[in-house]
Amino acid sequence: MAGTPEKDAISGVETTGHEWDGIKELNNPLPRWWAIIFYLTIVWAAIYAIFMPAVPLFGGFTQGVLDWSSRGALSASMQEAVAEQKPYLDKIQSLSPAQIAGDRELAGFVQAGGKSAFLVNCSPCHGQGAQGSPGYPNLNDDAWIWGGTPEDINHTITYGIRNAHEESRQNVMAAYGRDGLLSPAEIDAVTEYVLSLSGRSGDPEAVEKGKPLFENNCVSCHREGGAGDTELGAPNLTDAIWLYGGSKAKIIETLTYGRAGMMPAWEGRLSDDTIKLLTVYVHALGGGQ
Amino acid sequence: MSQAPQRSALDVTAAQAAAEAGPADPEPAYRQDRPMETVPVETVPVETVEVEAVNKKEKRGSLYSKRVKIYPKLAHGRWRKIKWIVLAVTLGIYYLLPWVRWDRGPGQPDQAVLLDLPARRFYFFWLEIWPQEVYFLTGLLILSALALFLATALAGRVWCGYSCPQTVWTDLFIQVERLIEGDRAARIRLDKKPWSFDKLWRKTLKHAAWVAIGLLTGGAWVFYFADAPTLTAGLLAFDAPIVAYAFIAGLTFTTYWLGGHMREQVCTYMCPWPRIQAALFDEESLLVTYRDFRGEPRGPLHKNQLRKSKGDCIDCNQCVAVCPMGIDIRDGMQLECIQCALCIDACDRVMDKVGRPRGLIAYDTLPGVEAAARGGKRRLRPIRPRTILYGGSIAVVAGLMLAGLASRTSLDLNLLPDRNPLFVTLSNGDTRNNYTLKLINKSQLAHTYSLTVEGLPRARVSVLGSTTPQVAAPRDTIQAARIFIAAPTADLTSDLTDIALVLTDETGRRDRVGTVFRGPKK
Repeated sequence: MAGTPEKDAISGVETTGHEWDGIKELNNPLPRWWAIIFYLTIVWAAIYAIFMPAVPLFGGFTQGVLDWSSRGALSASMQEAVAEQKPYLDKIQSLSPAQIAGDRELAGFVQAGGKSAFLVNCSPCHGQGAQGSPGYPNLNDDAWIWGGTPEDINHTITYGIRNAHEESRQNVMAAYGRDGLLSPAEIDAVTEYVLSLSGRSGDPEAVEKGKPLFENNCVSCHREGGAGDTELGAPNLTDAIWLYGGSKAKIIETLTYGRAGMMPAWEGRLSDDTIKLLTVYVHALGGGQ
Repeated sequence: MSQAPQRSALDVTAAQAAAEAGPADPEPAYRQDRPMETVPVETVPVETVEVEAVNKKEKRGSLYSKRVKIYPKLAHGRWRKIKWIVLAVTLGIYYLLPWVRWDRGPGQPDQAVLLDLPARRFYFFWLEIWPQEVYFLTGLLILSALALFLATALAGRVWCGYSCPQTVWTDLFIQVERLIEGDRAARIRLDKKPWSFDKLWRKTLKHAAWVAIGLLTGGAWVFYFADAPTLTAGLLAFDAPIVAYAFIAGLTFTTYWLGGHMREQVCTYMCPWPRIQAALFDEESLLVTYRDFRGEPRGPLHKNQLRKSKGDCIDCNQCVAVCPMGIDIRDGMQLECIQCALCIDACDRVMDKVGRPRGLIAYDTLPGVEAAARGGKRRLRPIRPRTILYGGSIAVVAGLMLAGLASRTSLDLNLLPDRNPLFVTLSNGDTRNNYTLKLINKSQLAHTYSLTVEGLPRARVSVLGSTTPQVAAPRDTIQAARIFIAAPTADLTSDLTDIALVLTDETGRRDRVGTVFRGPKK
């Protein structure tokens, strides 16, 4: 490609010498504004490489004089968020769950923070809306097995139920059938009696038969008339709420095999503040006492 | 034709004039009274300007050719006066409006017009617009657009010619330039001169004045977004928000650049509006028009010569010299023409001097010009389907907005039922639904609302964090409250019952918000 560059006959502009299917490319200069911006980007790149992490090396990269990193930026913004939360958390630390529940200023923070903690830690069992499922209590309603005051809820979340923690709430619903404490016929009679407590039995004879059996075996925990006892974690048997189902078959199942649902202790896994947030959130779901 | 004998009696250089004029064309009626033809002028009262339209068809070369600098001459006359008034009024409103105060009570901003972005409020005198009511602003924009359509249909590009910010600021910048560097001829001379102290100080002063105007423009802009006196103090103490400085800098630059340097190029190349407007006016629109039937054939006026068979246009180019767009109105309607009517003023002055009636260039319609050319007259038709449509649309939109404003409530309610769980069974067998009530109290008074339910007679309402079914709403706030409604399950006839929550304030005023109450499948 020696010699003088070829000139296009029509425009009088030099060609690049490249030809594709008879089409030649004119060697027009770049637009000046474009070229200036292009050179500026080169200058910018050089400056950027000095200040910011830029050039990959074996086993690392140049750090840049500003010492910026995306990890550092993230942790800085996390710290910022923590700093913003601090006045709220300080206040929460100094207040009891009941006081927090009554504090209008904290309401928004507690609802948002409580919901977020609930979704992460509690929703796997209790459901995203705390609606529960058989064996896992619905936290929206007004029936509380272990008590529905802020203190009760806080205790339950902190130490859990029937786990290895020494402060854990403990009780036993015996397996009357499996362990041979009651015969199937007796269990059937007790079941009819239990159904009668919420006005649902259709067999007065069986109810008569079941009453003394209930008084001998059940009243110690479930109290006179099946009213339940939150101190012992014995559910109220007269209401419309059934943790494991209130049909006759389900009640027979409960009496035969017993029930021993477990809730872990959250002490040590969650901070006291988070547990307080959860307490107030659960208390505010609608059934708190 | 009664003038004919008289003319021949006075004509001393008839042969010469006839030779100049070429073949004679039939005389239309309007030429009956022609002093220029009957009495040769002793002195030519009008200077002919050496100027050529920047968009001359014959000269149009490459699309990439350099801009030809325009040196608009100062016009005098009715339209120029109107333009000065519009300039003073529009810029006055723009610069001074943020300083108008409006008392809204304690703790509220007292600026009449304020777009408070952090607080998400737009204050306009007695109105306070919340973000969800931004349709009022949309309505205002629609109204403005329709008004623009109507104005264009009636009188062409009056917006461009008189009140467009680009026109107004360019006008101001040209006037500043004129005060410092002199009028057209002086400016051309100055630009051609080599650099000297005189040229240096004039140019420096001009650019400094332009930047100062730009600074005020940008400053006025930011005052619409913050309390003007507070922000001014902050700006002067250099502790105003950085964004304020950034906007002032940006607008200073754009004002300086668009008004001082870009000028007519903004209208010709950057603005989409001229293209749109071409579709908005029709042959009945009043446009700045050169009445060619009267002006042509044009030709310069010579001393001591009889002007025979020539039109009224003496080809003095005054109309081109005053044009801020640098065009020649005699070339007909053009994309570049912003219809500022300065050529009318320039030409009227010339007509006065040469003793011809004004209006060689005037606001006229196409059929109007045609009718006049035939010696007749044509009435204007401002009321025609197009203007009725635009006017009607304006009335409809304005009516809707007024109705919206009139029925604007000071309380907005939103009641959102919980989705999960849809309902809760209580220990006594009742069914409870949970709701989030969003309550926007737009009034300047605090209210306490008592809640009751319509649609379920035995329903009970409770509010989280309150012992009574009441919600307090401080003035000018959004409140969110958790509402629990419980009802005996036996009362529910289906799994979905329509109910309404009724809010009664302390004066007994009731507001209702409809919702549903869910229960077990029946």
